Amino acid sequence: MNLKRNGALLGVVAAGALTLAACGTDNNAGSVDVDASASAAACDGKSNLSGAGSSAQKNAMDQFVSTYIAVCSEKGTNVNVAYNPTGSGDGRTQFIANQIDFAGSDSAIKDEQAAQAAERCAGNPAWNLPLVFGPVALAYNVEGVDELVLDAETAAKIFNGSITKWNDPAIAALNEGAELPDANITPIVRSDSSGTTDNFQQYLETASNGAWTSGAGSDFTGGVGEGAKGSAGVAQAVSGSPNSITYVEKSFADQNGLSIAQIDNGSGPVELTEETAGKAIEGAEFVPASEGDLTLDLSSIFGSSEEGAYPLVLATYEIVCSAGYDADTAAAVKSFLISAANEGQEGLSEQGYVPLPDAFKTRLTESIDAIAAG
Amino acid sequence: MSDAHNTSVSIATDEPTRSGTGGATGITEDTISTPPPSPDRARKTVVRPGDRIFGSLASGSAVLISVIIGAIAVFLVWRAVPALQRNQVNFLTSREWITQDITDMAFGVLDLFQVTVLVSFFALFLAMPVALGIAIFLTSYSPDRLRKPLAYVIDLLAAVPSIVYGLWGMLVLAPFLRPVAEWLNTNLAWFPLFATGSGSIVGGGTIFTAGIVLAVMILPTIAAVSREVFVQTPTAHIEGALALGATRWEVVRTTVIPFGKSGYISGSMLGLGRALGETMALYLILRTTSQAFSWSLFDGGATIASKIALGYAEFNNDIQAGAYIAAGLVLFVLTFVVNAAARMIVAGKKD
Repeated sequence: MNLKRNGALLGVVAAGALTLAACGTDNNAGSVDVDASASAAACDGKSNLSGAGSSAQKNAMDQFVSTYIAVCSEKGTNVNVAYNPTGSGDGRTQFIANQIDFAGSDSAIKDEQAAQAAERCAGNPAWNLPLVFGPVALAYNVEGVDELVLDAETAAKIFNGSITKWNDPAIAALNEGAELPDANITPIVRSDSSGTTDNFQQYLETASNGAWTSGAGSDFTGGVGEGAKGSAGVAQAVSGSPNSITYVEKSFADQNGLSIAQIDNGSGPVELTEETAGKAIEGAEFVPASEGDLTLDLSSIFGSSEEGAYPLVLATYEIVCSAGYDADTAAAVKSFLISAANEGQEGLSEQGYVPLPDAFKTRLTESIDAIAAG
Repeated sequence: MSDAHNTSVSIATDEPTRSGTGGATGITEDTISTPPPSPDRARKTVVRPGDRIFGSLASGSAVLISVIIGAIAVFLVWRAVPALQRNQVNFLTSREWITQDITDMAFGVLDLFQVTVLVSFFALFLAMPVALGIAIFLTSYSPDRLRKPLAYVIDLLAAVPSIVYGLWGMLVLAPFLRPVAEWLNTNLAWFPLFATGSGSIVGGGTIFTAGIVLAVMILPTIAAVSREVFVQTPTAHIEGALALGATRWEVVRTTVIPFGKSGYISGSMLGLGRALGETMALYLILRTTSQAFSWSLFDGGATIASKIALGYAEFNNDIQAGAYIAAGLVLFVLTFVVNAAARMIVAGKKD
């Protein structure tokens, strides 16, 4: 089942992804020479870690793993980390069932699941560590419109069906001088349950001044549009259907050569770049919870009206036990996460992710260091 | 260990001497409990260890499969019930699918069920005549040296993994079918099946595309089963028809088809069973929609199986999974009904 599902549409881009991964590895090998001595990763503990979950962070995880392996082999240790991108929900379930050492998840573990996870961690709370950030693009395919500005309110209205034409006055007001066609908008959404959908809907809920009323969650609830399967699926669907628009991770929009809308967060239009997305992350605040847990207060990112901050960023977590691992596992988890949070971040932007801002790295490293055995 | 062995052997050898049947069998209790002390040697059955081992393996397999099927049904019901109890709408007649918040669930299988049925029967409708043609060609028309390679190619179609069909359908066939779909929609929209539906014809992720891909997928099953049956048409029937002056077509019509009809139908039902449960290809091809299903081939949507696959990655808890399992239960029952119907048809035809 898992294999089948993962093979799915992503199979289409598998070849491309492999090529990319290959390039990434080459680059890493070069940069790793410099980093190995500077790396804080201890490379100790058990040599085979296993993780599973979010497919949105798969490419980042691949890079973390290859960097980690390279760093450790230079330090004379053979390590491996197996990450299985089976989906966030599945990752959390496997983590609770003690089948994996850490889970990747597009949403923080909370409520009932957090309680179950604490049970798995021998009574200690599980921590959400935001390690991978991916900007989500509003990618569109409208002939003759190379630049498009939208704000959360118009986006919400497009994705819930209150705006149906490209030349709607609300869109025109944001795009003075642009020649918008008198054509129906085809919103394309994810047909599979996905953290991207969840984050996008949370963004709309937070930032649309009440225009988005149908709630969040990993299934699309807007009530319009066509659902295509997976990020590759929606990107491919948009490139094949004129006058369509979707929300998709930036890397997929780029791969398909789609135009990306700028988002007006209230302080003027912001283009999606590494810097603008990084700026939104820098302003992120955490949910006050137990010491060490870094669950993000997403409204601080989504609702950001800071000038030049691109607010539509997908935050994905690694879920780990704050304590309760056996000594070997704890050491390996810490070592890997330290490596991922530092040298692993290099070159992430080429994969369509946003590298962690420095202040954020420090905060994250503190939490990782605080993971205890036993 | 050896003691036990000895005892069992002695019992086995004791009983026949007592009963006098000579059957060191223990196959059924009847043979032991009603011992006919007949001297008739013809009634003696020789049973060797091989018989016993094979006999118990065979009956064991039969029992095992029944137990597995029963266990699956129990599992489905057991997991579905908690979700169904929380469901706030009628599971069988609602079109919604809201399972995220388990305190506020509203899910119904109607759309999924209808899409599953339409896409499967559309596929069957397309595949049945072609499969019949293939089977008849292979048994009655094909030159001898073509027969084997052609049959092999047909079987090969069945061996192609469904994900390959899915990718092919989505990336190759859908764009190719676009003009056909557009023509049907423009010229025959008065016919409900070709009316404008919720899926975009340009995008191609419609039941129309999916059904055609499914038809290709079930074609080899139907063709292979039908051919196996047609090939067994008694030569005497064929020669008799020929002797009466029948042409080749008349031979086919009067002997091959009547003889093989039940096999053809059961082959078709096998194909339908595959179509109903097909997941991967539809998961890739079909685009989902928020609009209600309107019985048009140009609707989008999801089948029961593809819906489960779409939701699987983000199951948060057992209750949410239970909603999908409830849908799976419907598919399970539907497949059972189709198979039962097929058996009834076949049984009726044999009389």
